[in-house]
Amino acid sequence: MKKPESVIIELAPRFEVGAKAAVQNTQLRRNMGKATQTIRGKRAGVVDELADWESLRVAGQHIKDDVMQHLDTYLIQLEATVTQSGGHVHWAKDAHEANEIVTRLIKATGSTEIIKVKSLTTDEIRLNEALELAGITAIETDLAELIIQLAHEKSSHILVPAIHKNRSEIRALFQKSMNLPDLTDEPKELAAAARQFLRDKFMSVRVATSGANFAIAETGSVCVVESEGNGRMCLTMPEVLITVMGIEKILPRWQDLGVFMQLLPRSSTGERMNPYTSIWTGVHADDGPQEFHLVLLDNGRSDVLADAVGRQTLHCIRCSACINVCPVYERTGGHAYGSVYPGPIGAILTPQLVGTAHADSLPYASSLCGACYDVCPVRINIPEVLVHLRGKVVAEKQTQPQSWFDGENLGMKAMATTFAHRTTYELAQHAGQLAQWPFVHDGYIENGPGPLGKWTAMRDFPAIPAQSFRDWWRERQRDE
Amino acid sequence: MQVALFITCFNDTLFPNTGKAVVSIVERLGHQVIFPEEQTCCGQMHFNTGYQAEAMPLIRRFVEIFSQYEAIVSPSASCVGMVRDMYRFAAEVHHDTKLANEVALLAERVYEFSEFIVNRLGIQDVGAYYPHRVTYHPTCHSLRGIKVGDAPEQLLRAVRGIDYVPLTQSNECCGFGGTFAVKNADTSMAMLGDKIRHILDTRAEVCVAADNSCLMHIGGALHRQRSGVRIAHLAEILAAQE
Repeated sequence: MKKPESVIIELAPRFEVGAKAAVQNTQLRRNMGKATQTIRGKRAGVVDELADWESLRVAGQHIKDDVMQHLDTYLIQLEATVTQSGGHVHWAKDAHEANEIVTRLIKATGSTEIIKVKSLTTDEIRLNEALELAGITAIETDLAELIIQLAHEKSSHILVPAIHKNRSEIRALFQKSMNLPDLTDEPKELAAAARQFLRDKFMSVRVATSGANFAIAETGSVCVVESEGNGRMCLTMPEVLITVMGIEKILPRWQDLGVFMQLLPRSSTGERMNPYTSIWTGVHADDGPQEFHLVLLDNGRSDVLADAVGRQTLHCIRCSACINVCPVYERTGGHAYGSVYPGPIGAILTPQLVGTAHADSLPYASSLCGACYDVCPVRINIPEVLVHLRGKVVAEKQTQPQSWFDGENLGMKAMATTFAHRTTYELAQHAGQLAQWPFVHDGYIENGPGPLGKWTAMRDFPAIPAQSFRDWWRERQRDE
Repeated sequence: MQVALFITCFNDTLFPNTGKAVVSIVERLGHQVIFPEEQTCCGQMHFNTGYQAEAMPLIRRFVEIFSQYEAIVSPSASCVGMVRDMYRFAAEVHHDTKLANEVALLAERVYEFSEFIVNRLGIQDVGAYYPHRVTYHPTCHSLRGIKVGDAPEQLLRAVRGIDYVPLTQSNECCGFGGTFAVKNADTSMAMLGDKIRHILDTRAEVCVAADNSCLMHIGGALHRQRSGVRIAHLAEILAAQE
C-alpha cells in the first residue's frame, strides 16, 4: 500500500465532511456559483463556434493514447533532445526526490529566493514547503497564486486558484499584506498593486521554477501556457530556470501542439487563442536563462499507467473544463477535495496517485451526471473511471475483517442475494409492503428507519404501493 | 412487434403505474407486450457503488433472460444506460469475452421508452390528452448517458391540452446519483435546491422525467416542502386519455 506522505492529500477530512461545511458557507456558494456559471457560458460559446470540435477532441485523445502506449520511448527521446539543446534532465521517482533535486540546484546558484510560474506539479510535490525548510523563499507570480500565498491558503481550483474569493476579500488581503490602506476593490487597482509588488522580484531574482503544459519529444521544446505574462517574465529574465514536469505531459511531435493549442484555451479560459504561450528549446547564448534543468516527475504516474481503465486519467491537460461544469464542485468548492486536484479530474487522479485506500471518499464525490465527460477536450471518460475506482475501494474494503460489520457491505450483499432469484425478490417486495406500515402516513414515509433515515432526513420517500407491477401483470393475465 | 418490457426492480416495486402506462401505450400503438417474469434487477446500484463482484451475477442473469427478445423497452434511462454502456465495461474489466459478445448483441436492442416510440416506431403523437401545466427535467442518463435527445419533448409537445413549459438550466443534474443521494446527502440537497427553484419558477403542476429514480428525489423534496407540484413519469402523461 502506498503512503500519502509524498503527495497531495493534506490530512483532509473525508469529502462528505468537508462538503457539508462548504455547502453551508453562503459567501462561498455565491462566489462559486457566479464564477462557474460565467466560465461555463464562455467555454460553451467558443466551443460551439468550431464545426470540427469533436474531431479535435478525438485527435487529442488519439495523440494522448499514443503517448501512453509508448511513454518509455518518448521520455528517452525527450531526454536526448533536451540534452542536445543544452538543457539538463533529471529523473525524480517521487515528490521527495524532486524536491531534493530542485533544492540542490537552487543552492548551487547561491540564491535564497526564487520566482515561480504557476505550476500544479510543484504544488503537488509541495515544493514551496520543501524550499522553506532549506531556507529558500519561493515567490508565486501568478496573480491568483500570489493571493493564495499571501492568504496562507490552499488553491481551490487548478486554473483560478482563488476562485473562492471575491474582490472585496482580495482587497482586504492586499490592504493588510501589502500595506496599502487606501486600496479600492477595483480589479484594475488590485492588479496594479500585485504588479508593483512583483516587478521588483522579476528584476532582481536570478532563479525561476516552472511546470510545463507540454514537452515535445521530437525537438526537446518545453511549453508553458498562461494568461498574465508573469510566467513569460519568469521564463525569460532569470539566469537559471528549473522546470518540474509530470512524465505524462509529453507530446511526440511539434505538429501535435497544433491540436492542443486549439483544445486548451477554448476549454480552460474560454478564449480562442492563448494570450502568453512560451516555448523554449534548451539554452541560447545571450538570450534567456543560461542554465535550464528539466525534472521529470513520476510520483505515482507509472502506477496509473499500469491500470488499463485508469490510464486515460493521464491524458488530462489540466484545462479545468470538467471542474467548471461540475455541479458538485460548484456547490462544494475545491477545498472539500483535500487535494491540489479538485473537481471531477481530482476525484479520479488523487485516489490513483496516493492509492484508493488514502482517498476512498473521492470516487464517490460525484453523482455520475456525465457533464465532465461531455466537456473533456481529450475525452477522458471520468464517470467510467469513477465507477472503476469505486470497485477498487469496495474490493479493498472487503478484504478487511471490519467489512463483516459494515452496514453498507452487508446490505449490498443481502440485496444481491435477494435479486439472484425471482422468488426471493418477490418475497422481499411483499415483505417491504407489509413492514413499512408503521412509518407510512398519507402515502409517504417522512421519518424512515435505518438506512432509509438518511434519505428521509432531507426528503420524503414514497410508500411502496400495495400491488407491484408484476402482481398487477399476473392478475391481468389471469383475467384475460 | 413483440416488445419485452424491462420494468426495472425500482419501478416494479415503487412505481407500478409507470409500467402499466408503458403497457397501455405500446398496446395502443398495436404491439404486443411480453413481461419476462424471471427479471429482477440489472445490477446498476451494485455496480455503480463499487460492488462489482455482487453485480456480475445480476448482469449475467439479465443477459440470459433478455437475449432472446427482438426489442426490449424500459421506462428507465439509467437502467438502459447500465445495460447499453456499463455491461460492456463490466465484461471488459472482468475479461469475459463471451459476456462481451452477448452484451454487444443485446445492447442495440435495448431501448429507453421515449426513444423506442420516437426513433424506433417513428411516432410523436400517441393520442394522449393531459390538460395540465407540465415541465420536463431531462435526467443525466437520458441526456448525456444514452442520448435520447429531444424525443421526450417531442412526445410531450404532441399531447393535446398540455401546457408545456421548458425548464431553466434543465441540463443540470438534480443531485440524485443513486447512492450519492445518501453518501453525499448535503451536496445532493444543495444541487436539488436549485433544481426545485427552477421547477417552481415554471409554475407547473407536474414535473416530468424519463427516470423515476431522479423523480423520486425531486418529488421527495417537492412533497417535503408541500410545494403543490407533483411528479409523473413521461409514460404516465402519455397514457392519459380523454
